[in-house]
Order: sequence, then C-alpha cells, then structure tokens
Amino acid sequence: MPTAIRATGLVKKYGAVTALDGLDLEVEEGTVLGLLGPNGAGKTTAVRVFTTLLRPDSGHAEVAGVDVLRHPKELRRRIGVSGQYAAVDEHLTGFENLDMVGRLYHLGAAASRARARELLEQFDLAHAAERVVKGWSGGMRRRLDLAGALVAQPPVLFLDEPTTGLDPRGRVGMWNVIEGLVRGGTTLLLTTQYLEEADRLADRIAVIDHGRVIALGTADELKAQVGGERIEVVLLDPARLTTARHEAAAVGIEEPGVDDRDRRVTVAVDGGTTDLVELLGRLDRAGIEVLEAGLRRPTLDDVFLALTGHHAEAETPSGDTDDPNQPDDPDDPAAGEQEGVA
Amino acid sequence: MSVLSAALESASDAAVITRRNLRKILRVPDVLVFTTLSPIMFVLLFAYVFGGAIGTQDTGIDYREFLIAGVFAQTVVFGATFTGYSLAEDLQKGIIDRFRSLPMSTSSVVVGRTVSDIGINLVSLFVMSLTGLVVGWRIRSSVLEAAGGYLVLVAFAFAISWIMASVALVVRTPEVVNNASFIVIFPLTFIANTFVSISSLPGPLATFANWNPVSSVTQAARELFGNTDPRAPAPEVWSLQHPVLYTLIWVLIILAVFVPLSIRLYRRAASR
Repeated sequence: MPTAIRATGLVKKYGAVTALDGLDLEVEEGTVLGLLGPNGAGKTTAVRVFTTLLRPDSGHAEVAGVDVLRHPKELRRRIGVSGQYAAVDEHLTGFENLDMVGRLYHLGAAASRARARELLEQFDLAHAAERVVKGWSGGMRRRLDLAGALVAQPPVLFLDEPTTGLDPRGRVGMWNVIEGLVRGGTTLLLTTQYLEEADRLADRIAVIDHGRVIALGTADELKAQVGGERIEVVLLDPARLTTARHEAAAVGIEEPGVDDRDRRVTVAVDGGTTDLVELLGRLDRAGIEVLEAGLRRPTLDDVFLALTGHHAEAETPSGDTDDPNQPDDPDDPAAGEQEGVA
Repeated sequence: MSVLSAALESASDAAVITRRNLRKILRVPDVLVFTTLSPIMFVLLFAYVFGGAIGTQDTGIDYREFLIAGVFAQTVVFGATFTGYSLAEDLQKGIIDRFRSLPMSTSSVVVGRTVSDIGINLVSLFVMSLTGLVVGWRIRSSVLEAAGGYLVLVAFAFAISWIMASVALVVRTPEVVNNASFIVIFPLTFIANTFVSISSLPGPLATFANWNPVSSVTQAARELFGNTDPRAPAPEVWSLQHPVLYTLIWVLIILAVFVPLSIRLYRRAASR
C-alpha cells in the first residue's frame, strides 16, 4: 500500500529545548496512525511540520507524495488540519466560517456555500449555522473546526488532540465523527495523550517521547511487547503499601508499581489467576486488608510506563470531568453554555 | 499557473479576508463606536478648546476652517494603529493557523487587513466631515478637488497601515502595538501644521514639521478643500509648496518598503 505520510529524521529545536529529535514516521494510505505521547512529547510540533506551519531544522517530510518544504502550497491543497485550539473565527457565524474556508480553498462561491451547508448538517450544527460562533460551546467549536478541515475533502487529515478539553459526552461524539471519516478512506494522523483514544481510533500507534518514536505497532502488538497480564490490588491502609509491594514482587515477573494516592499496587505476572490467588494468600497472611483485587490485560498506559519510565497521563480521559455542567474548556468563558437548542 | 491567474487568485483571497474583516468590524460595535466618536471628539475639542486661543492671526483663516484638515490627517494616521492591533490579535488566535494551512495566497491576510481598514478610515472621514460642517467648516473648492483631498488622505492612511502591519508582525501583542505606535504617532501628528501654524514652532521643530509628511498631507487636504488663505505667503519649503506630490512620494516609498516587508514578516511570524 502506498505511503501517505512519511517523515525521516525530523529535528526541531527551540533554543535549548529539542521538540523533535530525529522523528521517523510512515503512515500508509487509508489508515489511521495514532501519535501517542504526553504533553511536550513533540506531537503538535510534528503536526505543524507536516501541515507546513513550521519549518524543521533538518529532516525530510512528505505528505500525499508532496514534499512539505519544497511545495507547501501544493501540499496545502491535499490536507485538512484541525488543531488543539479551535481555529474558527468567533465573529463569523458557523456558515460564514465554512464558506470562507471553501473560498480560500478556491472551490468557488456556489460550491463553497453548498459544502458549508452540507458539513453543518453532517456535524449536527445546522441549528446554529446563522449564529455567531462567539456564543457556541467548546464542543460545537471543535466540531466546526473539524468541519473546516474537511471542506475540500482532503485525502490526508491531521487531527491534533481532537478531544482534549472536551467533556466525556463531547469526546465520544467526536470519536464517532472521526470513525465515520476513516470509513470513507481518509488517511488520518491523530495525536492524543489519551491511550483509550488511540486504542479505539488508530490502526497503528506510534508512541512518542522527547521528540522521537520509541515504539510502533498495533495496540495489541504494543501490549504484547510489555508482556503478560497485570494484577492490581487496592489496600485499605496506605501504611502497608511497602509490605504489599514486597509480596507483589515475590509473585510478579517485574518490579511492581505503587500508586500512593490510590493505595494501589500493580504487578505484571505470567501465571494468570494462579498468581492472583497466590498474592492474595500472601497479603492475607501478612494481615493486609485488600479493598479491591483483579487481573487485567495490559493497557497502553502500562506500555507507556514500561517504555518511558513514567505514566502517559495523570488522569484517565473519562475520569476528569464527570459533571456534565462543567465547562468544556476552563479558559473559555463561552464554553460553559449549553450546547445547541435542539 | 500563469502570472495573471496567480494575481487573480491573490486578489480573490484578499477579497475574502477583507469581507471577513469588515463583517467583524460591523459585529464588534466598540470598534465602530471608537472610530466614529473619537474624531467627533477631536473636532469639537480643538474647535472649542483651542479655537478661541489660537485665533485667526496665527493661521491666516478661521481656525475651524484651518483645523479640520489637521484633524482628518491625525485621525487617519491614528486609524492605522487599528490595522496593527487587529493583525496582532489575529496572530494570537488560532484562526491564523487555519489560514496558514489553506492553499491561499500568503499575502492575502495582510492585504485584506490593510484594505478593509480603508473602510474604517472612510467611515471616520465621513463622520468628521459632518461634524466639521456643523462647527462651520466648508469645502470651498470643486467636487473634483475635494475628492482629491479625501483621496490623498486615504492613500496616506493606507501607507501608514502597512507600517503598522509590520510593527504588529514584529511585536505580536495587540496592546504593545497600541502603546508603541502612540509613542510615535503623537509627536508625528503634533509636530506638524495639523493644529498650529508651523511659523509658531521653534527652529528644529519647525524644520521637522516642514518635512513631516503629516504636514504635507494636511497641507494637501487644506488646499484641495480650499481651506487656505489666498493672501498668505507661499510656503518656504518645497515639501509644502508641492504637498500632493510630496505626500505621494512618501506613500510610494512606504509601500515599496513595507508591503514586501510585511508579507515576509507574516510568513515568518505565522510559521513559529
């Protein structure tokens, strides 16, 4: 299958900070690559290079067969970009935003208008089409921004953290939209710091840290790379964590991880339920009370921890804002408004 | 792509951006209020506060008659800071990333900005003219000459807009653009023949005022509106003897330098 996105040895430095440190990447046509990494890993910098917004210090990048540095304008005809911060004009209506983007893609007036209407319908924004974006919620702005990336039906799409800052409902909505796009055959490079998101949307995942790819494969391949299942136990008494850790080390195949805040000990094992029973017996004999115990397959967070020595994120994507009244984006005063009028 | 179709495409892109900017001006009322109220305030303040003190003997003709062209010149120069302010504001928002990722002409964002700000200047010139008529100012020349006077003012403002665009692309913060430009614009518009006769200024300031393009644009407007004293002696310096020509030379020089500079700066500023 032909390659839609290719990067070799991309380097970008900001003073003493190295944002990209020899990044190599390949994405096959019609597939989804999840670029997964924590804040500051270089994900956004990589997207900015691919979308001609940023010149790398060295290295080579090619998208849809077009050299990023040599033919930036030609390249821009073939890509769509939607960023972490909705790139929409607050003072224009939803319709005017998309119509403007269509005209700047040189689709012509009639085609731009028709495409704008079509996208507003598709993204469930038709009811707000004639309203100025300033009063829209964060989730609606994001959808409009994504719609802006699709105006010219580009073969290659870049989505930079498309769900960061969205509430759980908004996030799931965005996932459904993206899954629909991919079924249409678009090549997609998606950056995310949410493991769950990469797992759900991406065909292949490139784990990126300190500006380089440190692991590449399908979600299952990456999980297999860190070995077997995990036992997780949650203790009643945080003072017993050290003892519990010793017991877990005796059963597991790797150094156990300890989470003080959650009073949780995690350890990789190769004996499945036998090991679980064994560990619970040991804890019982040591007089340690267990609140919760379980055996699970490794998550991408385990992959990240094993590869980089640190967790990918502080919170899980579904755990941050469960309150539906919570604003999508704390920096955005308009984001707290209720979405749509239905 | 041929040169012609590339030029047409650039013009069409700039038109799209211009339309977007004009919409925004109409939808953010404070901009319109500011651009219409402050000129009214200037006309009234100068006419009634300084008008009595400065009097006819200094300027050769009725002070209000003398004043209006000066207020016009000052206001359109100040209006140019809006170009810088809005461009810096756009740079801070995500919308510039959208523009940068589109296959549009790179010059169109800055061209669209400066062109749409001509609209603002036309509005404020219109409002100031009405206010001027109320306080006693009259156009005493032909329609064609008067149109020429407005044209010189607008052309000069357009050139200053390009300077402000370059400033904005370097500083990138709207507030800093405003503060920085005020430091330059205040002396530029006051050390001139805008509000007083140059003969009343001390030596070095008079020299500066004589060659200050704000003086020549004011003089050009005054002459074209017929607001000069026919009995007054001709100005001593070439710049004020040929104010239209001198102003247009400035306009061309400014555009020749700052149009390419701004476009280059935009490319660089947007790709950080």
